[in-house]
Amino acid sequence: MSNIPAELKYTSSHEWIRAEEEGTVTVGITDHAQESLGDLVFVDPPAEGDSLDVGTACAVVESVKAASDIYAPISGEVVEVNERLEDEPELVNNDPYGDGWIMKVRLGADADLSGLHDADSYSDVLAEAD
Amino acid sequence: MGFRTPLFEEHTADGARIVDFAGWDMPIQYASQIEEHHAVRQSAGMFDVSHMGVVDISGEHATSFTRYLLANDVARLAGDGRALYTCLLKHDGGILDDLIVYRVSPSHYRTVVNAATQDKDVAWIREHAAAFDVRVDWRDDLAMVAVQGPQAREFAHGCLPGALADATAALKPFAATWQGDWFLGRTGYTGEDGYEIIVPADEVVAFWQGLREAGVTPAGLGARDTLRLEAGLNLYGQDMDEQTTPLECGLGWTVAMEPAEREFIGREALVAQRSRGVGARFVGLVLEGRGVLRPHQAVSDGNQEGELTSGSYSPTLGRAIGLARVPEGFGEPAAAQIRGRDIPVRIVQPPFVRQGKARIEL
Repeated sequence: MSNIPAELKYTSSHEWIRAEEEGTVTVGITDHAQESLGDLVFVDPPAEGDSLDVGTACAVVESVKAASDIYAPISGEVVEVNERLEDEPELVNNDPYGDGWIMKVRLGADADLSGLHDADSYSDVLAEAD
Repeated sequence: MGFRTPLFEEHTADGARIVDFAGWDMPIQYASQIEEHHAVRQSAGMFDVSHMGVVDISGEHATSFTRYLLANDVARLAGDGRALYTCLLKHDGGILDDLIVYRVSPSHYRTVVNAATQDKDVAWIREHAAAFDVRVDWRDDLAMVAVQGPQAREFAHGCLPGALADATAALKPFAATWQGDWFLGRTGYTGEDGYEIIVPADEVVAFWQGLREAGVTPAGLGARDTLRLEAGLNLYGQDMDEQTTPLECGLGWTVAMEPAEREFIGREALVAQRSRGVGARFVGLVLEGRGVLRPHQAVSDGNQEGELTSGSYSPTLGRAIGLARVPEGFGEPAAAQIRGRDIPVRIVQPPFVRQGKARIEL
C-alpha cells in the first residue's frame, strides 16, 4: 500500500503539494507515482523563474522504462528546483516526500488550492484506478 | 486476464509488478529493475521465458526443410546439439521473427521463437512444411527459464537433474544438451554467460525455487530489455518487423548467402536489395548530454535524419544508449531530438557491454 501523508495535498495526476511559509509550496510526485514509474534515472525540472499555469506539463521524470510529465498543480512562479536530483534522481524513489522534492513555487495571485485532493480523497483516486 | 506461465504465482509472491506482454501476464520488475540488471551483470539472474514458443521440426527431410525455411544455414552447424541465430523471412525479405535453432539430430531441429509472433510463426512453418513432409510440433507442454550472469552456471549446477548437470561441464557456448524433456542451451539474451533451459511445465516451479535458494535473483522483462540493449541485441517488433529486412537492422551477418545454390525464403529479395543498395545503416548511439534515449526519437547530423528503434538508460554505463536506423552517409556530429532539444550523440558499434565490461569508450 502506498504512503499518503495526511498533511499534504494531491492531484489526480499524482503530484503532492506542501504549503510552506507564506505563499509558497513545495511540489513532488507521490509514492504511488514513483513506484509505478520504477527506478528514476533523469529529472528534467523547470527553470527557476518559470511561470507555471495550473494543469500544464512543467517537468519530466524519466525512469528506465518511460518518461512521464509532471503537471503544475497550481499556478505560480518557480522559485527553486531540487538540484540534488541532477546527480541523484533516485532520491525521488527513496524519499518521494522528503529529499526527493522537485520544485518550490510561489503561488500566483489566482492560485487556488481548494481543488486539490486531501489524503483521503487522493487514496480514493488510487482505489478507483486499481 | 492474459495467459499465465506456470511461474505466475512465484512472481506475484515475490512482489512482481505484472504487465501485459503480447497477451501474457508477465513480471516487468520485482523490487528494482536496475538492481535486477546489476545482478545479471555481476552475479546471476533468472527470467521466466515460458511465454516463448518451442517448435520442433522433425522427419527425414527436416534438414532440407530447415535450410529452405531459415535465412541462416543449419548446414553450418558442426554437429548435434549446436545452435545458431537466424531470421525467419517472408518472400519479400521482411522479418517474420528472429529465433534460435538447435540441431537435435539431422532429422530433428528445435526452434525457440518469440511469444508475440509464435502463432503466425507456427502457421507459416506449417504452411511451408507440407511440401517437405516434415512434422511440426508446437510444444506448449514446456516451460523455459533463462539463467544468466557470471555465476549463472555455477548456481544452476546443483539445481539440474544429475545427468544433465554432468553434461554441462563440456558444453560450449551456443551448444545444447538434453535429458528426457529437459533441454539446456548455453545461450542467452543478455551478453553474459549462462543457460536457457527448457523444463517440463510441471517441474518448473521446483526448479525456479531451487535456483532462488541457490542465490539466483529473479529478474523481469524490464531488466531483460536493458541487458539486451547493452549487449547490442535486437528486439523483434521494435528494431525489426515484417517491414524490415535483415540488411536494414544490422543482421546481414545472420544471412547465409553462401552456398549460392541454397534456396531459402527471402533470398531473391535480399539479393535484389543488396544489388540496388540498402541505403541505411544500423548503428549504436551514446547520448553525450543529459536525458534518456527512447524508440522513435529522431537523430540528425544536420543534413540527414534517422530514427531510434531502441533507447533506454544503461545501468552498467550510467548513460543513455540506443540503436538507430540512419541513412547511408550519416555521420557525426549528430544529435538526438529529445522534447524539442538537440542533445549530442556519439555513433558507436554495438555491443555497448559484454560480460560485465564496457565495450565502448565513455
